[in-house]
Amino acid sequence: MRVVEKSQLMSATEIDRTLQRLAHEIAEKTGGAKDVGLVGIRRRGVPLADRLAKVMRSLGGAEVPVGALDITLYRDDLSTIAPQPVVHSSDIPFPVDGKVLVLVDDVLFTGRTIRAAMNGLFDLGRPRRVQLCVLIDRGHRELPIEAAFVGRHVQTSDREIIEVRLNEIDQQERVMLVERQD
Amino acid sequence: MSHGFHDLLGIESLTAAQIEFLLDQSVPFQQFNAQPLKKLATLRGKTVALAFFEPSTRTRISFGTAAARLGADTQNLQAEASSLRKGESLLDTVRTLDAMKPDLIVMRHSSSGAPHLVAGRLAIPVINAGDGTHEHPTQALLDALTIRDRRGRDRKGRLDGLRVTIVGDILHSRVARSNLHLLSKFDAQFTLCGPPMWVPAQLESLVPRVQREPRLERALEGADVVLVLRVQQERLHEPPLPPDEYVLGYQLTPERLRRARPDAIVLHPGPMVRGMEIHPEVADGPQSCVLEQVTNGLAVRMALLFLMIVGGRTEEAAATASP
Repeated sequence: MRVVEKSQLMSATEIDRTLQRLAHEIAEKTGGAKDVGLVGIRRRGVPLADRLAKVMRSLGGAEVPVGALDITLYRDDLSTIAPQPVVHSSDIPFPVDGKVLVLVDDVLFTGRTIRAAMNGLFDLGRPRRVQLCVLIDRGHRELPIEAAFVGRHVQTSDREIIEVRLNEIDQQERVMLVERQD
Repeated sequence: MSHGFHDLLGIESLTAAQIEFLLDQSVPFQQFNAQPLKKLATLRGKTVALAFFEPSTRTRISFGTAAARLGADTQNLQAEASSLRKGESLLDTVRTLDAMKPDLIVMRHSSSGAPHLVAGRLAIPVINAGDGTHEHPTQALLDALTIRDRRGRDRKGRLDGLRVTIVGDILHSRVARSNLHLLSKFDAQFTLCGPPMWVPAQLESLVPRVQREPRLERALEGADVVLVLRVQQERLHEPPLPPDEYVLGYQLTPERLRRARPDAIVLHPGPMVRGMEIHPEVADGPQSCVLEQVTNGLAVRMALLFLMIVGGRTEEAAATASP
């Protein structure tokens, strides 16, 4: 399979500005970020959650704990994805019981990743509320899942893929729209 | 990186990179096993056949628990209760098991090479849970995970270049053999110690850097890892060796352990015979890892079941899958 870059959806500055806005929204909607924990979904949700927490801290609120969740063991498509799955550690260094958790991911697509993430979270305890924050919502949902905090809505076709590239993982910072060419 | 094998029959054929991958993949399961809720649905609808043609409690329970925590079902076959007693051949028995469509077989047998024979005949993956005096790969993996953890997660090269002393009936021990293969891939130096009939010269050519030392005090000098093997009572009669003579010469006592490095760790595959091969004070002491070994065994076996069942699909299935 070949992929072709079609256009840039967000620059580094736009990503930063979007995260600033999202952090403000989360702080506001969760009442000053009390009892809030951010949980980034591996891989790209993790640096995004870290950045959001940093902004929320700078807003003068309380320290916002951040965790990382690996959903490999909770996927419903293990029999159809890459031939060799690799499990990573989850690292949620705070008790989730009674917390308002905000799941953070780069792209919301079918909703299946979020379904898996919720199963993983509930194995750790009973959060009071779980919300979702994504940088991009590209539509095409296959499950009744919506994000409370969305950086940008993007209309896409089936063949298109949204690639969020972050300095921490990809050594570059931008969001690209690419297309599969069979 | 992937585990890169279909069956796990021994350590000998694995590379150091494959072993490190398996140990790394065990870490998320160690963490999972520390959670209050220890039940996954990852292998729901999958079945693991536990075919134990030789009595086993610990290993069988470990594999059974690993399967249960991943959501898989198990089929249990124990030699005592099986039709082997009625004269059915090994291959007929495993073919019968296979006809019930399990997704993987865990097998223990008193004959060396039996799992290899079965793996050659069945399409599903086979894990060797101990074959005769040959190998017990999952034991060596859990031992390596235990060593790595005890030596600190951030210490670089924590499996590299260890000084390892193995004490006991090394000739008949598949645990010793698998550990020799595994740790030698990380350049370990071995000192083997035990009654001469159990530590024959031929063991020196099994892997590089092996020496024999009949005196335990000297064998322990500077050791990072001490692997104590269980004395199989039935073996004491061939040729005869009085138990108190074994205790006198080869029991790991607190005094003897002081010859090893102060941070040396003591491994025992269990079940321990306290007061025989190991002094109770050592068995319960801070250097003993016996319970960590059991805990880590579960994580290693969960990782293997996950990787071998989920990653063991045919290439056709992967090729037709959507990205």
